[in-house]
Amino acid sequence: MSETLFKVTIDNIVIEVPAGTTILNAARKIGGEVAPPTMCYYSKLEGSGGKCRTCLVEVSKGSEKDPRPMPKLVASCRTTVMDGMEVKNITSERVLTARAGVVEFLLINHPLDCPICDQAGECYLQDLSYEHGADKSRFEFQKRTFKKVDLGDKIQLHMTRCILCYRCVLVANQLTNQREHGILDRGDHAQIATYIQKNLQNDFIGNIIDVCPVGALTDKTFRFKNRVWFTKPVDAHRDCNNPKCCGEVRLWMRGDEVYRVTGRIDEWGEVKDASNGKPGWICNECRFDKKKVSDWVIEGPTNVNRHSVISQGHYVNSVLPQETLPEVLNGRQPKLLMDIHNVSEVNKPNIELSALDRPAHSTDF
Amino acid sequence: MQTLTNRSKQVDRSPMNFLERIYLWNIFKGMFITFKHMFKKQPTIHYPEQKRTFSPVFRGLHVLNRDEEGRERCTACGLCAVACPAEAITMEAAERLPEEENLYREEKYAAKYEINMLRCIFCGLCEEACPKDAIYLSETLAPSNYSRKNFIYSKQDLLIPNPKTETTDLEKAKGK
Repeated sequence: MSETLFKVTIDNIVIEVPAGTTILNAARKIGGEVAPPTMCYYSKLEGSGGKCRTCLVEVSKGSEKDPRPMPKLVASCRTTVMDGMEVKNITSERVLTARAGVVEFLLINHPLDCPICDQAGECYLQDLSYEHGADKSRFEFQKRTFKKVDLGDKIQLHMTRCILCYRCVLVANQLTNQREHGILDRGDHAQIATYIQKNLQNDFIGNIIDVCPVGALTDKTFRFKNRVWFTKPVDAHRDCNNPKCCGEVRLWMRGDEVYRVTGRIDEWGEVKDASNGKPGWICNECRFDKKKVSDWVIEGPTNVNRHSVISQGHYVNSVLPQETLPEVLNGRQPKLLMDIHNVSEVNKPNIELSALDRPAHSTDF
Repeated sequence: MQTLTNRSKQVDRSPMNFLERIYLWNIFKGMFITFKHMFKKQPTIHYPEQKRTFSPVFRGLHVLNRDEEGRERCTACGLCAVACPAEAITMEAAERLPEEENLYREEKYAAKYEINMLRCIFCGLCEEACPKDAIYLSETLAPSNYSRKNFIYSKQDLLIPNPKTETTDLEKAKGK
């Protein structure tokens, strides 16, 4: 049976997609700016989406048979396409104002602690508010605050930063045998918690760090070690014993030190499927315990979007000028007047911060 | 030929007469100009006895700020380092221990902070980038030195005196 293809127009771009595709996925097929931003939808997780409202779009023509526009903006991650549907995303003024409103709502309780947050630089809320948000807040009241919680010795929970996207709950439901954390309480009091302070121990629970769109769940082995834009992402793999783990990861390195291991993230901020077709989730052993270069087979540097802050200081295709001094000095190397490690206290060769599985303290220097 | 200004003069190549040939007149003319300057205002500033006032936008040596309670403001967010066009700033961050809460303002702080003054171009972009009001360029000239290694300024060199415990040092540093 041949699949029925529906013709949809998104921002005046026509595309044919199979029936049952959501507007968001149709827009992602076109790619670029047409795809609405998402904070809660995650295509690799069943049942995600519909919570954050950042992907709202305007449907200016319902379908070929019923051309009436939809009265309200619809969440594109949960609305499937109809034949002949016309959707407006960035071409609609209504969508852009609504999105700015949604960003303002998301930022109401989100603290402005990007300078200390480990997610800064790869945070989707940061990107979203930079693109769609206002430059100041109208919220004049106390933000809700929580104490930071250790979810086990490797995962740090900053509940103040959480935007309640439910992605981590779905990861725990769908990837692990038993979910040990969830959302407690309702409304303004809703929070991610383990009810009684419990460690999350499952083999794949580390993936909640990757799916978290903000800095609510962060890797404690990387905590405060470095800023993401000072580390260099490198694609690597290893033979992992765990049958569910794909073993293909991204190492965040500085020199020869592996500071952090994450899954490979694609342009939509989701883990990429591995080359053998497995989903790109990685196990806790790969993520937290393999912090040596010798543990990994390095494939090469990750392609980073030129506009991302992570690409700062990555000088690609640069040509080093030819060293002429040894030639002039009959093969002698020029005498170094100063070795920076003799003077500098930073990045001492004998202190390997990446080897610590906890944040560095004053006692480590 | 068309001239750019009307001040240009044609060179006079006619032979000099006697008065011009003994040069005495021209010498007196020159001496008179020199003598006239003795009554003019002196433009020289006798540094270091005299010091010029800095303009309000002068960008000199960096300082790392503390808050009113004497805690370090810097959280090692790395924005100064990423803004620095000369890549002069490096740092290492650490987590504050519970007993260090009177030392550092936020839970993360710069355990090491260094500015390589050999690289710094005093553009002030670090000051602009800082979200925590931690780094400022002061109205002080960076002192000269005989050795290259003395130009690596560590956090201890850059931090201002603690306003709680080192009040006299702070007043001195402010030039009062």
